Amino acid sequence: MTETVRPLETAAHPQGLRRVVIDPVSRVEGHGKVTLLLDDDNRIQQVRLHIVEFRGFEQFIVGRPYWEVPVMVQRLCGICPVSHHLAASKALDRVVGGWPVPEAANQIRRLMHYGQIVQSHALHFFHLSSPDLLFGFDAAVAQRNIVGVAMAHPEAARQGVMLRKFGQEVIRITAGKRVHGTGSVPGGMNRAVDAAERDVLRAQLPEVLAWAEAAVDLAERLHTGLPKHLVGFAETPAAMMSLVGPGGAMEFYDGTLRVREADGRVAVDGFEDQGYRELIGEGVKPWTYMKFPYRLALGPDAGWYRVGPLARVQNCDFIATPRAEARRRAFVDAHGGRPVHTVLATHWARMIELLHGVEVVADLLNDPAILGGPLLATGERQRSGVGIIEAPRGTLIHEYEVGDDDLVTSCNLIVSTTHNNQAMNEAVRSVALQYLDGQTITEPLLNHIEVAIRAYDPCLSCATHALGQMPLAVTLRNARGEVLDHVHRSSRGDTVRGTRPHSAEAAL
Amino acid sequence: MTSQVAPLLVFGWGNLSRGDDALGPMLVEQLAGLAQMSSGRLECLTDFQLQVEHALDLVGRERVLFVDAAIGLRTPFEVSEVHPAAVAGFTTHALAPEALLQVYTDLERSEPPPCTLLAIRAQRFELGEAPSELALADLALALDWAMAWTRQTEEVPA
Repeated sequence: MTETVRPLETAAHPQGLRRVVIDPVSRVEGHGKVTLLLDDDNRIQQVRLHIVEFRGFEQFIVGRPYWEVPVMVQRLCGICPVSHHLAASKALDRVVGGWPVPEAANQIRRLMHYGQIVQSHALHFFHLSSPDLLFGFDAAVAQRNIVGVAMAHPEAARQGVMLRKFGQEVIRITAGKRVHGTGSVPGGMNRAVDAAERDVLRAQLPEVLAWAEAAVDLAERLHTGLPKHLVGFAETPAAMMSLVGPGGAMEFYDGTLRVREADGRVAVDGFEDQGYRELIGEGVKPWTYMKFPYRLALGPDAGWYRVGPLARVQNCDFIATPRAEARRRAFVDAHGGRPVHTVLATHWARMIELLHGVEVVADLLNDPAILGGPLLATGERQRSGVGIIEAPRGTLIHEYEVGDDDLVTSCNLIVSTTHNNQAMNEAVRSVALQYLDGQTITEPLLNHIEVAIRAYDPCLSCATHALGQMPLAVTLRNARGEVLDHVHRSSRGDTVRGTRPHSAEAAL
Repeated sequence: MTSQVAPLLVFGWGNLSRGDDALGPMLVEQLAGLAQMSSGRLECLTDFQLQVEHALDLVGRERVLFVDAAIGLRTPFEVSEVHPAAVAGFTTHALAPEALLQVYTDLERSEPPPCTLLAIRAQRFELGEAPSELALADLALALDWAMAWTRQTEEVPA
């Protein structure tokens, strides 16, 4: 494939440019980092976001019995294992001829998935994003975290943790365990919900709904209260892709693909999930392991798009639950009905989705189907299947081929962070140009870039979090390659300054 | 949480599919098999990684032992006290033990229980690999220490 070079993706003459590396290493072999190449006048010549995606997982799956896959893929990610669990199950439903699954299994899976949306969105907003919005990008590092939120807004912080806990409990009663659940299998479910456990969660709903409403209030208030200079922060017009349900409803578990252009026009609608390869291609670039998906009709340069909350809230025509729909309308009205592409609006959209998630969970907990009935379907065996689901961070695609011996012969995964690869790069470039070009690099300025990344909360493809990593490292080099400055903030929060670069800096 | 909470908690995290990263949950599983769980004094938990809601798992404990794989160690394992601290991050995919204790402090408006971190030497994190022989040997030594920790009424010296 011919490599497409976008503005600021590759400097015309990288030799002799100073290099700044933002290296938020939080895993062992996989980490994200931003590289900035500056000339002697501190003008930005090149910006790249590198997220190391572990493509090897696909090979890990090949050769395994298909029935193991829905459990195995949960080890892709410690934050949204349920999304992988269900996307794999949906794909393999097709293989065993079990699609559609029985009504009881469908409703239990939906309950599990919306519990996942609630817990992940709560974690993201209260733990990761709200500190930036509450305290501003220039606030002290020690304040820009959940600790700062807890100190300044203790009740909001508590509600965030309790919302997360509630979502985890929904997962537990449907998947069977708090982590590594086994409830969903090809063709349906292997367990129903226990009535007593359901009743415990149902009793919590009034309080949980109130917390979710308060979360939308907080996100909306923080967004509409942003200072003027941040209103257009990291604005990157992009097409938007997501699943939608019947009539264009917001849908997370199953639906058809819709793509809306950046100007709001619907470009693709009603696209069946099994044919996604006719809609999406996957490009590669030599400087990053992560692929760049694009719309085949437009090619790799113009065909990139955004997935996730900001895309979903605008891609749907309505939300089928009343509280979230009212909030969606408020979101649209607040922007004059125009498409919104500033990444900070993602947080507001995410909280609208969280409220929707709680409403759907409430409906499903009142559905007697989740307590039992036929749970498994079988039918004519097929060689392959595709499962597409809306994970918390965006569209998630699993595709498998299975041989006559029941072993997986092919696996293709496109995770949300991969869909957003180009969109994240564009956001980082926007911020770099707007706030860092020609400036001295300071910690608050570097945080502006992290704020743009945080809005997407990139998934680092699998939970590996051994102690001893450095969540942030910055190295400054002069035109001769000499280290002028190096700062790293360890995983324990202490900052060390010196002239020895972090080892990952060499891996550019 | 209620008064029925076990006074001792051992919490290990890591990914069982990623080589030495499995050391934390492996130790906890082995400890659960060896320790006197029936007495109700000890609870063992594992997860992929620490997250904010785990602060609630600490409520009502007398002592807590965290267990994780760690790179860069010169000895089979290291033991250290953990204290609340603010830690900045860019993704929800990890939370440091110090940050977890700070969440506890701010949510509960009280000091967390005494927490100890047992870090086990680790080197390889390849997907689909079992822990290395060296890591398993280190794990055995760390397990001995952890067993002693469960029997002590006072903190085991590091």
